[in-house]
Amino acid sequence: MKQENELIKLPEPTLFHRILVIISIPMVMTALYLVFIWSPVEKRMGVVQKIFYFHVGSAWNAFFAFFIVGLFSLLYLWKRKRIYDMIAGVSAEIGVVFTAIVLTTGPIWGRSAWNAWWSWEARLTTTLILFFIYVAYIMVRNLDMEWQKKARLSAVLGIIGALNVPIVYMSIHWWESNLHPVVMGNTDDPAGSGMEPSMLFTLIFSVFTMSLLYGIFMQKGLYVEKLRLHVAKLKAKQHDKMVS
Amino acid sequence: MKRILMPALAIAGKDLYSEWKTKQVVTTMLIFSGLVIVTFSFAFDPSNQAVRALIPGMIWMITIFAGILGLNRSFVSEQRNDHIHGFIVAPIDPASIFLGKFIANFVFVAAVQMIAIPLLFVLFDFRALTGASILYLTGVVFLGTFGFITVGTFLAALSANSKSSEMLLPILLLPIATPIIIAAVQATKIVLIDLEAISGAMSWMQLIFVYDLLFFVAGLILFEYVLEV
Repeated sequence: MKQENELIKLPEPTLFHRILVIISIPMVMTALYLVFIWSPVEKRMGVVQKIFYFHVGSAWNAFFAFFIVGLFSLLYLWKRKRIYDMIAGVSAEIGVVFTAIVLTTGPIWGRSAWNAWWSWEARLTTTLILFFIYVAYIMVRNLDMEWQKKARLSAVLGIIGALNVPIVYMSIHWWESNLHPVVMGNTDDPAGSGMEPSMLFTLIFSVFTMSLLYGIFMQKGLYVEKLRLHVAKLKAKQHDKMVS
Repeated sequence: MKRILMPALAIAGKDLYSEWKTKQVVTTMLIFSGLVIVTFSFAFDPSNQAVRALIPGMIWMITIFAGILGLNRSFVSEQRNDHIHGFIVAPIDPASIFLGKFIANFVFVAAVQMIAIPLLFVLFDFRALTGASILYLTGVVFLGTFGFITVGTFLAALSANSKSSEMLLPILLLPIATPIIIAAVQATKIVLIDLEAISGAMSWMQLIFVYDLLFFVAGLILFEYVLEV
C-alpha cells in the first residue's frame, strides 16, 4: 500500500499559480464593488448597462484566447513541443467559455439598449462564427488518436481559424453596411467619448481582472493536463504490471 | 512549378478517370442538388415573384450542400488499401496532392453547377438573364467555388483522420467558409437582380479573390502537416 502511494505522487500546482489565485480574490471583490456600488448608474439604459463591464472583459479575453491559440499552433508546428499544444488546447477551451459568456450577456444588454435580442452586426456575428470555429477545433482535439497527430491537426486548424477571423469580420462589416445602412450610432458604445471617468476606470479595472482570470484558468488548465498525462502514465504502468 | 503541377495533374487525372468509370460521386451530387431544388420549390412558392430575390442564396446552398457531399468522399475513398500512405511515401511534394485533389473536386462541383444552376433558373422561371449577367455570373461562381473547394479540400483531408468524418467536415467547413458564402451570395444577387450596381459586385469579388489567394497559399503550405504520419 505504501509503495503504491509513492507511485501516485501527483505534480504540484506551481507557486506562480498560487500567487495568481491569492491576488485574484481581492481583485474580483474590488471589481464587483466598483461595478455594482461605486460606479454610477447609466442615465438612459439604467442598471442593465452594468453588464457591460463583464461583457467587455469577456470579449477581450475571448479574442485574446483565440489569438493565443493561433500563436501557439504556429509555435507547435515549428518547435514540436508538447507544452505548446497543451497551451493552445487550454486556451481554446477558455476562449469558448468566455465567448459563451459574451454571447449570453450581449443579448441581455441588447434587449434593453437596441430593443432586440440580436442584431446581425459585425462584432456580434464575428463572435458567433468564432464560437463555432473553436467548438469545431475542440471537437478535433477530442478525436481518438495519438497525441502527436492530434496536436498537428489541431494546430493546422488553429492557424486556419486565426487567419479566417479578420476576413470574417471584414466581410460581415461590408455585408451589414450594404444591407442595413443605419443599424445604430456609435453613441450606444459605452467605450465611446461621452463616458463618465469613474465608469471608464471601472471598465478598465474589470477588464484587467478578467485578464487575470484568464491567467488563472490557463494555469489551472495546464495543471489538469499534466495530471491527465500522469494518470495515463500510471495506467500504462499498471497495465504492464498486470500483463506480466 | 512543374515539379508540383505534373504529379498534381496525375492525381487529378486518376480521380477524374475513376469517376468517369464509376460516375458515383457526380451522379449522387446531381440527384441531391435536384432534390434540394425540389425542396426549395415546396418551401418557397416558385410562382411568387418575390421569391426571385432568394435565387442567389439558393445557388450557393446547392453548391455548398452538394459540395460537402462530394468532398466527404474525396479522401475517405483513399483509405481503402491505405492509399493515403501511398501518397505520403510517393516522391512528390505534399502540395501537389492538395493541388490534385483540389482540381478533381473543383471539376466535380463545376460539372454539377453547370447542370443544377440552369435547372434552378428553369424551375423557378427566372428569365431576367442577359449576356452580360451570364458572363458575370460565371465569374462569380468560378471565384466562389474556387475558394469553397480550396478550404473544403483542405478540411476534408483533415477530417478524414476521424472515424466520423462525414459529421466533422460540415462543422469544420461552414464557419471557415463564412466569408465566401456572404461575399458570393451578395455578388450573385447584384449580378442577377441589379446589374447597374456592378461596381458593388466587383468589390465583393475582390474580397473573394483575396480569400481564395490566402487560403490557397495556406493550403499548399500547411498540407504537409495534415498528411504527416
